[in-house]
This record gives sequence, C-alpha cells and structure tokens, in this order.
Amino acid sequence: MSHAHDDVAVRAAALEALLVEKGLISTDAIDAVVDLYENDVGPQNGARVVARAWVDDAYRERLRANGTAAIAELGYGGFEGDTMVVVENTPAVHNVIVCTLCSCYPWPVLGLPPSWYKSSAYRSRVVAEPRAVLSEFGLTLDPSVEIRVWDSTAEVRYLVVPMRPAGTESLSEAELAALVTRDSMVGTAVATAPGARSA
Amino acid sequence: MTAGTLHAVTAADGPEALPRLNGELVFNAPWESRAFGVAIALHDAGAIDYEVFRARLIAEIAEKAQEQGTGEDGGAYYERWLDALQQVLIEQELVSEAELGERTADIAHAWDHDHDDHHHDRGGP
Repeated sequence: MSHAHDDVAVRAAALEALLVEKGLISTDAIDAVVDLYENDVGPQNGARVVARAWVDDAYRERLRANGTAAIAELGYGGFEGDTMVVVENTPAVHNVIVCTLCSCYPWPVLGLPPSWYKSSAYRSRVVAEPRAVLSEFGLTLDPSVEIRVWDSTAEVRYLVVPMRPAGTESLSEAELAALVTRDSMVGTAVATAPGARSA
Repeated sequence: MTAGTLHAVTAADGPEALPRLNGELVFNAPWESRAFGVAIALHDAGAIDYEVFRARLIAEIAEKAQEQGTGEDGGAYYERWLDALQQVLIEQELVSEAELGERTADIAHAWDHDHDDHHHDRGGP
C-alpha cells in the first residue's frame, strides 16, 4: 500500500471513528452496507433481468413500459434504482451508458461501478467518440449500427439489454443469465456466446 | 491508444487511456469500502441527504480535473468521495474541521507506532 493511500486511509478511519463516537452511525450499519454491496448486489441481478427478458416476451414488454416496476418484479430496486429505464440493443442500434458528471450507475441491478466507468477518460470520451471507445474495449460494431449513448446524470438510471446470442435456443433461463456480463449491460461489450469463455 | 479528436473538457490534454480492468474487486482498498459505507449509512440514518452529497461529489470531481489538468483513471474516485463527504459534514456542522484534524493526527500517530512494532494491514481501523 502506498503512502498516499495511507494518508487517505487515515482520513477515512478518522471520519468513521468520529461519526460513530457521535452516535450518528454505527459500525454495524457501515459493515452491513459494505457487505451488501460487496456480496449481494451485483451484475448477477441485472443478468437475471436480461435472461428473463430474453425468454419471456410479456416480461420484455413490461420492462420497456416501466423498467423500475418490471425490475422490482424480480426483487431488485431501491437506492440508485428509483427510476430505471431499460434500453434494448437490436441489430440496428447499440446502447451504451455513462454518467458524464460523476458515476451514477444502476446499483440494484449492476452493483457498484468498475474503475473505468468512473474514469474521466470514459466519462468524456464515450460521448464524443463512442465507436472508438467501444473498439478499445474490443467491441467493433458495423458502421451501419447506430450507437446511442445514455447519460445518467438526471434521476434516471439505464440498463442495457444486450442481444441474445445466436445458438442459445435450448438454454435455460439460468444458463442464459450466465452469458450476461456486467459490461454487456453497460454496453461496452455484447453478451457472451455460448461455449465461449468471457474475457 | 491512437490519438483521436476529442470534443470534451479534457480535449487539450489529449486522449486519456481507459483503465479497463475486468473482474476487478468493487473496492481497491479497505478504506474505500469504509468511506462508501459511511456515506450510505449516514444517508440511511437521515443524517445527510445523498442528493446533497452527490452534488458536492460532482463539484469535487470537476474541480480536481481542472486543477490537475489531466483526468483521473477512476482510482482516486473514492478520495473525491471522501473529500465531498467531509465537506458536507462540516457544512452541516455534524463534525468540525478541528476535531477531524485532531482525530486524523491521533490515528496517524497510532498507526505509525503500530507499524514500528509489527506489520499490520493498515487499511483497517
């Protein structure tokens, strides 16, 4: 651990100790929050939403009509997911999400954002040159595909439904969910093809 | 990475490399998880309003980007988070700058001392 990080670790510890001492929060409450986001809330939630949309047309319709409500059907919602809008990839349109001002992200379905999502490079460049940024992620789209970049700066949080990979007709919903990566729901990747190992 | 035409606030500094980690941990260090947990727990307890905090976080990120002239790779994100949280708490007079400074010095001293004796993971309290 570097000294620079030590300094900030000291600051974090001092703030926590002071707030706990003042009775504003408890250590248990902080532990519970951290445990929740480290272990329970993550992209596996969003993957279940996507897999359900792939197998259930009625559910997909409900997702389109009211993302928040349809996602809540599977038990996901709350903080940073109060107003969810679901955007679907098609052969003609590829969606990608960003928060240009900070790092707004749909926590209930994707967990906390990865470092690159929080980087200023991603935040600024994906808007200005989405095709170039996606190719740096290893995703080269046909020039005919329209790229739509959704900026999560308002109350709205977006979730991308990637296209269902070919050759997955016989897979169960759980098997399909395993193909849905975090990045495919941000839009910097596509869903994993069956039999392929995700990068 | 090849140079591209940038139409963003950081354009003058050229394209920034994208830190693309896959399968990374949610937090890079234990203190990041504590700083995160403290803010959310404070909101849950009604002590701060997350929207007020978020506005401050956005300002912090923008300010630092301007100061440093270069963009961050996202690794310093929770430093900005901690800065923003401290400011909100000081503004709302839930903590004072003086007591925060004092406690920080105490802990730094304790950890330094601790470090002399044996090698603990100093990421934790």
